[in-house]
Amino acid sequence: MSILIVVEHDNNNLKSSVFNLISAAKEINENIEDINFFIAGHNINQTIIDKLSFGQVYIINNQNFEHLLPEELDDILVNLIKDKKFSHVLFPSSTFGKNLSPRLAAKLNINQLSDVVEVVSEDTFIRPIYAGNAFATCKLNDEIKLLTIRTTAFEPFYIPNETSKKGIVNLDSSSVKAISRFIKEEINKSERPELAQAKIVVSGGRGLQSKENFKIIEELAEVLNAAIGATRAAVDAGYVPNDYQVGQTGKIVAPELYIAVGISGAIQHLAGIKDSKIIVAINKDPDAPIMQIADYALEADLFDAVPKLCEEIKKLKSN
Amino acid sequence: MNILVPIKRVIDYRVKIRVKPDKSGVETKHVKMSMNPFDEIAVEEAIKLKESGKANSVIVVSIGENKSQDIIRQALAMGADEGILISTENYEDSSVFNPLNIAKMLETVIKDKKIDLAILGKQAIDSDNNQVGQMLAALLNWPQGTFISELDIFDNKIKIVREIDGGLQYLELNLPAIVTTDLRLNQPRYPSMPNIMKAKRKPLEIINVDDFLAKNNIEINRNLEILEVNPPKERISGIKVTDVNDLVNKLHNDKKII
Repeated sequence: MSILIVVEHDNNNLKSSVFNLISAAKEINENIEDINFFIAGHNINQTIIDKLSFGQVYIINNQNFEHLLPEELDDILVNLIKDKKFSHVLFPSSTFGKNLSPRLAAKLNINQLSDVVEVVSEDTFIRPIYAGNAFATCKLNDEIKLLTIRTTAFEPFYIPNETSKKGIVNLDSSSVKAISRFIKEEINKSERPELAQAKIVVSGGRGLQSKENFKIIEELAEVLNAAIGATRAAVDAGYVPNDYQVGQTGKIVAPELYIAVGISGAIQHLAGIKDSKIIVAINKDPDAPIMQIADYALEADLFDAVPKLCEEIKKLKSN
Repeated sequence: MNILVPIKRVIDYRVKIRVKPDKSGVETKHVKMSMNPFDEIAVEEAIKLKESGKANSVIVVSIGENKSQDIIRQALAMGADEGILISTENYEDSSVFNPLNIAKMLETVIKDKKIDLAILGKQAIDSDNNQVGQMLAALLNWPQGTFISELDIFDNKIKIVREIDGGLQYLELNLPAIVTTDLRLNQPRYPSMPNIMKAKRKPLEIINVDDFLAKNNIEINRNLEILEVNPPKERISGIKVTDVNDLVNKLHNDKKII
């Protein structure tokens, strides 16, 4: 068994998803020497490559791959996978992984399992369906098992520093299809942790009533070093940008602590948070659905409770 | 310019689903079914392109039981021109619904109908795979724009905005192309009563899936088996806290999370 992990990064920094993928890979095959990495980009920062090792690290570093367009990456990966006969290929189930991985599956004439949350055996995996309202145990009989991994379901495994850096393989490709062109990206710069990776998430809903009021969510997130989320209703009302949306059709989160403020708890929202370890709900309506599923339900006016909560946490942190 | 919109009949998003006691799947009998919400957005976008004169015809296709005619008629009432149902009525082999096989069938439809642009929902809300659009693009060697929130057509190119982790990505794709819809692309219309009546006279071709596969030499991949389906673990119901101090105490002293 030989596993390939496709690494996500932004040319400067590694996305931490790679460490969750390593832990999923280790559940498939304990022998870390059989875990390999693929990384594509342009002017990839050497510190990224230095953080990777185990078996082999396959690198393609040229300007055609700067924006990781699937139309350019597909054939290189397909050829590498066929050539090295990997038994498993793992992607993070981020927008990057979801975009590229099925393209490889079709070119390899194999299936792909999306959002794997549990490894049962080397060919059997569990994945959520119906937005996590059911879980399917799936067996793959394709020779190559192609998986996207829901990173929140696997604890990170960090590569020890002392691992030897023996296996760097530089791949080459000069062919360009140029059927798609990158124009630009607008990435919301934030000091906050990434929503899908954060240990603590603070989310706001329609109860905030306005964009201005949403600032109290930001303040709470600040003192907790938490990521900020929102319901679809809050996004549609324009309180926050679309990439804040948590739920069935937005981001699925599974933090240690999820604080839902002014959120009623529509099933589509609950579907996106139900794997959180602890759910706290702050709502003035004791009958709101979120209050029934929360581990800790605080019936209160959020405009009183949230600033007070900030104060109390600050006191704790200063002690 | 011909547009294809593949659509799927799924359990309505407002229904609380129930896993069958024998673990074979999710109960779909006597449950409200609807068009997959992302597909509805795809239909709306195609019709808008036709209305703005940028497309000539909009064809919708569904692969499913005969009842899927309902959602095809709905799409026709919204403004699509023509419907195709590849009928799986009484068809036993559920492998046919795996994304790779669906993509292979759609590839054939695209070639038959001389399609320039296919607009798909980014995922169906039942199986949540998020694969068919990308697979279809790969089989055809076409560019793909997934999870889009904006679409514009110029000459033989499209400009799209994609919703990606952390923000937005702007791309230009050559036509022909495949795109998949995200929530904010548009707000689908409700068909008017006259349009619902008109839709009844629009062409809807029904092809048996066996015949379709045989005629087009499509080999079904059966390498993905669903062994069982289970409900999620129940959350242990929580407690009410009296005030902020009580909450902080629980999180700090009991759970040691803050």
